[in-house]
Amino acid sequence: MIYREAGQFKMTYASDQAIFPIVQDRWLVAIGIVAAFVVPPLVANEYWLQAVLIPFLVYALAAIGLNLLTGYAGQLSLGTGGFMAVGGYAAFKLTMAFPWLDIIVVFLLSGVIAAGVGLVFGIPSLRIKGFYLAVATLAAQFFLVWLFNKVPWFVNYASSGTITAPNRAVAGLMVTGPNATAQTRYVVALALVAVFALVAKNLVRGRVGRSWMAIRDRDIAAEIIGVRPLQTKLLAFGISSFYCGVAGAELVFLYLGSAETLAFDITLSFLVLFMVIIGGLGSVLGSFLGAGFIVLVPIFLTNVPHLIGLPLPVALQKQMELMVFGGLIIFFLIVEPLGLARLWQITKEKLRLWPFPH
Amino acid sequence: MRSRTILIGVLAAALLAGPMLATGWAQPKEVFIPLLVYRTGAYAPSGIPIANGFVDYFTLLNERDGGINGVKVTWEECETQYDTKQGVECYERLKGKGPTGAVLVNPYSTGITYQLIPKAAVDKVVIFSMGYGMTAAADGRWFPWVFSFPTTYWSQASAVVKYIGQQEGGLDKLKGKKIVHIFHNSPYGKEANPTLETLARQLGFELTLLAVDHPGQEQKSTWLQIRRINPDWIFMSGWGVMNQVAVKEAAAIGFKMDHFIGNWWSANDSDVVAAGDGAKGYKGATFHAPGTGFKVHQELVKNVYDKGKGAGKKEDMGAPLYNRGIVNAMLAAEGIRTAMTKYGNKALTGEQVRWGFENLNLTEQRLDQIGMKGFTHPIKVTCEDHEGNGPVLIQQWDGKKWNIVSDWITPMRDVVRPAIEAAAVQEGQKLSYTKRDCSKEK
Repeated sequence: MIYREAGQFKMTYASDQAIFPIVQDRWLVAIGIVAAFVVPPLVANEYWLQAVLIPFLVYALAAIGLNLLTGYAGQLSLGTGGFMAVGGYAAFKLTMAFPWLDIIVVFLLSGVIAAGVGLVFGIPSLRIKGFYLAVATLAAQFFLVWLFNKVPWFVNYASSGTITAPNRAVAGLMVTGPNATAQTRYVVALALVAVFALVAKNLVRGRVGRSWMAIRDRDIAAEIIGVRPLQTKLLAFGISSFYCGVAGAELVFLYLGSAETLAFDITLSFLVLFMVIIGGLGSVLGSFLGAGFIVLVPIFLTNVPHLIGLPLPVALQKQMELMVFGGLIIFFLIVEPLGLARLWQITKEKLRLWPFPH
Repeated sequence: MRSRTILIGVLAAALLAGPMLATGWAQPKEVFIPLLVYRTGAYAPSGIPIANGFVDYFTLLNERDGGINGVKVTWEECETQYDTKQGVECYERLKGKGPTGAVLVNPYSTGITYQLIPKAAVDKVVIFSMGYGMTAAADGRWFPWVFSFPTTYWSQASAVVKYIGQQEGGLDKLKGKKIVHIFHNSPYGKEANPTLETLARQLGFELTLLAVDHPGQEQKSTWLQIRRINPDWIFMSGWGVMNQVAVKEAAAIGFKMDHFIGNWWSANDSDVVAAGDGAKGYKGATFHAPGTGFKVHQELVKNVYDKGKGAGKKEDMGAPLYNRGIVNAMLAAEGIRTAMTKYGNKALTGEQVRWGFENLNLTEQRLDQIGMKGFTHPIKVTCEDHEGNGPVLIQQWDGKKWNIVSDWITPMRDVVRPAIEAAAVQEGQKLSYTKRDCSKEK
């Protein structure tokens, strides 16, 4: 009923190739984006913005980045935390060295630097595949974090080894630093995610995405039909690292406010990988769903005992949270091994026929 | 079918909207303190006793005196697992609770303290990082909202060096001696390094800095290096599971345990028990006595534990970290009490509590009144000095319990204070702060 497509005729190739060929989808997404920009800044309090929604957006961006590499190009990576660290530390160094530089430009430049680092660590992918590549990228993770911990130049010789986001404004509005409101941070994070999600969506529909998928599905066959593996794989590493770098810069500047290397340790890499796997490999929507699941469910579980007025000791509460969360992950993977995005796809297919199934 | 759909929809909406609405249930005559604790994870061995001590002291105040001057203390624990991201989430969740919002926060983690310093000044919440956190913030002219009394990592490092000097027969004897600093590779562990480096230059001892990565279970390479260096003294800034591993490793290589000194976060019962007899002789810094031989402990047994309201087990009382929790709660309570002398006995705001902290003068007489005579040292906080320059004790493990083996050691203020003031300028400018004029404060 909701999804009845009767009467929607595609008269041109352009309309047939649209990102959202169904009118209802277009409306849904458009309303969703507008609502995301308007509703939370007006309604949500600082806790919701700062501790729930901003981390969700930051992780969603990182998950899109990893999904391009692992989900579309099939290169398993455990270096996400390291590449995000590159983004975070590069943004810090850039904005301290050039305080006049617009902070959005700083984010983009730190993404470019992360992309460069990603390219270097992507070179082994030509020879190494699968789990062995995961181990090679694991080396990137440990090396980069070690580097930022070891070399005091990266933290401007702060004795604590902590980087702090300074006050930076865009068009007179404070975006980072302690005086920036949660609303501004949220809108900036959302705008970046919205733009990059759109870019990613278009990227994977086009020639680049198709060559990635060809490499993923059978690299020898792809090579025979003329996909150059070196360039394709490196491009995947570069673009993925760009996304992760921007996400890392956002993590420090919009979410945490200040960070140490521990914020980028191996657990972050695993966390983002879990988001991609649970959300759905090879799906931009899945990156959002996965990030939502990993970020929101633990916070939801922490708040449940309070909401229903059950005074549990915090230790027990935390352990229960971990158990329930683990159980949910296993449940979803058993019910739908292809991720939450696939679940949505099935729902949508059912909805398109409903209420008159065959 | 329909009704079920509606029911599910309503439930989902309620669950989503609930947290948004559940802020601020107004109740007068209460001060609310968010407690960032870690009772699970790799740092639980250190986190549990300190959280219990803290909660027990506030329970005691509420049970015995009906709160602070009749104003009830309320609190809510939030589990951080010593993780900065979870710590920030906890802070954001709890800062608005209570009739006047959170008045002060104890992050219990240097990493989380660094995160909260920029936020708390905007939210008007006092950060009480007792003996941890950002040392530079001890300059109250730059960081009005941060308090680290009774003492800081830099003061501690200088006091420990002073103690080593005493053992060697004078500070001049330190020349050419080899001292190793094993530290947790985090803002916390790195904090003591600048002071140690300065002192190494001044006194001529050879300093080696050895980092141990989070969480600290893997230290084989560190101890291999120590065997090669063969140091005269080891100083350690460890936390959580790292401490017990280090003490075990030291015992395994047969290092002279009385030449191995932990900082005050590395000298708890849980750190030494695992190493058994090998830990005998291990030393640690502290700023209060261990054990249960004080009046406050009797009061705790009578008013809290015998009523079944204790946070932990009665026999776990008196561990150094448990006592530190008591000291932390006591200092917080005395700060609030000081604020009440000016603003009256009511629910205070963060700004009022900040004034109380800045004008705290904890005398020997007052310590006697609250049953802590000889338990900890008197302290006086001023607008310039948020550290109070408190002295340090050295305690030693005899295989069964900790004993104090030194007098109160006054830190080298001539070395530490100028460094704090210089660092405060640097750190303060990073946050675009300006220096306030303390002569204008009332």
